[in-house]
Amino acid sequence: MGEFDFSVWGPSLPFIRDGLLFSLRLTLIAMTGGIVIGTLLALARLSPFKPLSLAAGAYVDTMRSIPLVLVILWFFLVIPFLTGKPVGAETSAIITFTAFEAAFYCEIMRSGIQSVPRGQVWAAQALGLTPAQAMLNVVLPQALRNMLPVLLTQSIVLFQDTSLVYAIGAKDLLKAADVVGKNYNRPVEMIVLSALIYFAICFSLSLAVRQLQKRVAIVR
Amino acid sequence: MIEIRDVSKSYGATPVLKGCSTTVAKGEVVVVCGPSGSGKSTLIKCVNGLEPFQQGRIVVDGVSVGDPATNLPRLRARVGMVFQHFELFPHMSVRRNLALAQVQVLGRSAEEADARGLKLLDRVGLAAHADKHPAQLSGGQQQRVAIARALAMDPVCMLFDEPTSALDPEMIGEVLDVMVELAREGMTMMVVTHEMGFARQVAQRILFMDQGEIVEDSPAGDFFAAPKSQRAQLFLSRILHH
Amino acid sequence: MDYHWNWGIFLEQVKAGEETYLHWLVTGLGWTLAVSLAAWLLALLLGITVGTLRTVPHKGLAVLGATWVELFRNIPLLVQMFLWFFVVPELLPPDWGLWVKQDMLAKEFVTAALCLGLFTSARVAEQVRAGVGSLARGQRDAALALGLTLPQAYRHVILPQALRIVIPPLTSEFMNVFKNSSIAFAIGVMELTFQARQMQEDSEQGIETYLAVTLLYFICAFAANRGMAWIEARSRVPGLIAKPG
Repeated sequence: MGEFDFSVWGPSLPFIRDGLLFSLRLTLIAMTGGIVIGTLLALARLSPFKPLSLAAGAYVDTMRSIPLVLVILWFFLVIPFLTGKPVGAETSAIITFTAFEAAFYCEIMRSGIQSVPRGQVWAAQALGLTPAQAMLNVVLPQALRNMLPVLLTQSIVLFQDTSLVYAIGAKDLLKAADVVGKNYNRPVEMIVLSALIYFAICFSLSLAVRQLQKRVAIVR
Repeated sequence: MIEIRDVSKSYGATPVLKGCSTTVAKGEVVVVCGPSGSGKSTLIKCVNGLEPFQQGRIVVDGVSVGDPATNLPRLRARVGMVFQHFELFPHMSVRRNLALAQVQVLGRSAEEADARGLKLLDRVGLAAHADKHPAQLSGGQQQRVAIARALAMDPVCMLFDEPTSALDPEMIGEVLDVMVELAREGMTMMVVTHEMGFARQVAQRILFMDQGEIVEDSPAGDFFAAPKSQRAQLFLSRILHH
Repeated sequence: MDYHWNWGIFLEQVKAGEETYLHWLVTGLGWTLAVSLAAWLLALLLGITVGTLRTVPHKGLAVLGATWVELFRNIPLLVQMFLWFFVVPELLPPDWGLWVKQDMLAKEFVTAALCLGLFTSARVAEQVRAGVGSLARGQRDAALALGLTLPQAYRHVILPQALRIVIPPLTSEFMNVFKNSSIAFAIGVMELTFQARQMQEDSEQGIETYLAVTLLYFICAFAANRGMAWIEARSRVPGLIAKPG
């Protein structure tokens, strides 16, 4: 068995905190943006206007069938061509994750919208609401509520996936652990620390989601 | 053949069976009836140990069901059971449904099991359907296959748990016909059912259950002529005037 | 910025060698397939076992199964790769650890397949558990009432049905395995993503490179999907209509 020296954990904490904060910021921005764009994509997919629904479908299916690492590499390569100037790994990561996760949130919102009974739309329209008003005031709130546990579970997956910004060197939790590990020549201890932090956060969040799921199930 | 002594069972704090006792003699046909939720299905599932019970004693053909040392699979192999929802195995052909337990439990050869299965299938009038899958048969046909599957194990007695209540009305007759014939041949049977016509025709005794208790345990003639308890009277009048 | 397209790049020689870029990509595809298929085999074996054990009425087994699933589900796959590659050899007895680090053949490949296989097994286990749970209790009762023992009931009645039910969700897990195998680049497996990064740097024709690699991943996902559809069609039960969705 190798020699372990966990005393490196103490001095690493400031770096770890900065990395973790970036990971969380990336998660929250991509989650918010992803849910908004994903909902728009879902509406587009359900639109009776064929070209729109086909385009949205093609976007979602493409994103869902290629590895995230490759998507990260693609955006890192292409964004400078589109903007005309190089962007940092962090900015690139935020754009990538928002665009990528939108495809996954789209599928969740789509099944959420479809889970609302047709009678709700008829009732809203019978009251004189326009289809857009019915969607915004009646269908989407129910869809969001029904899908809340699934959206949150997807967001835990998103948090784990942010570790893949490693591929372009953005300074997230894992990268911070990696750098400290190299500086102090204690890579093994730092990998263990990052695994523990990820596990603690993801496990407690998934327990919380499970509690929420029970409560939502009772109310319904 | 079946002896039930002071059997009680509860789910947590909710009692489902309260001190049930009765016996079923060899060759006897006993019908168990009562309103839904009265515990009759639970009681019949206790007889072959599908439902555990906390108190009391059930002895089937000399074997104590609740005894931890009892080899339950061996006992169940000798007690046939027919379920409300047939429970044929949907991924197997009718032929394999009949052969499975004969080969796996009784150790019969594949040929022997197949021959025995076909014979019983012929007896319930379904020999032509041996190579179909359950989902390709009607409900009445599926239940007849299920009876043949239980008989293929050469059981010493048969348990029926509401065998016709999941069937469309026009299919009930074909299943009851098979059961009547079985009763006439002297099979020991314990039958949970609402089919009072069947009960009148072949049952020697009727058990009436309500709220986990055996309220009445009488010869069939007496039960239909004059049920002793008020609950049974009420139940009979509801079910017969329906 | 201007971009100079060069579609002939695949047939050009790499900067420091005799071989062409096409050769790199083909090698990458080979490793992607090898890691994915090995991991999938492991995931099926372990996942079906663990998922089944989680449905058996036994406290100890249930806790073991739950721990298994939570452990693999709550740590990022990339971090798991590093754990298996850098940390686990340190936990072994010294001479074993040394052997793993110095002498083991295709150490990156074995680690990646093992890690991805275990990770996926937790997800397969959850699907199998749900599949068994969705079967009506009556099927188990009917099997037991015929005198089958619980293992026999699982073997002949419960699992054959549950496994048919889980084929559609397992199809998307199989496609995920190919996607997730891309993470093996981080411990030096020379699979498609590794080759994509290498070729992009070496040739400076990033768009052509990534397009080719994206296409290859598409083909893998499509093949996985068709393969599972074939199995699903083969195992269909006559008279039963497939449930929608």
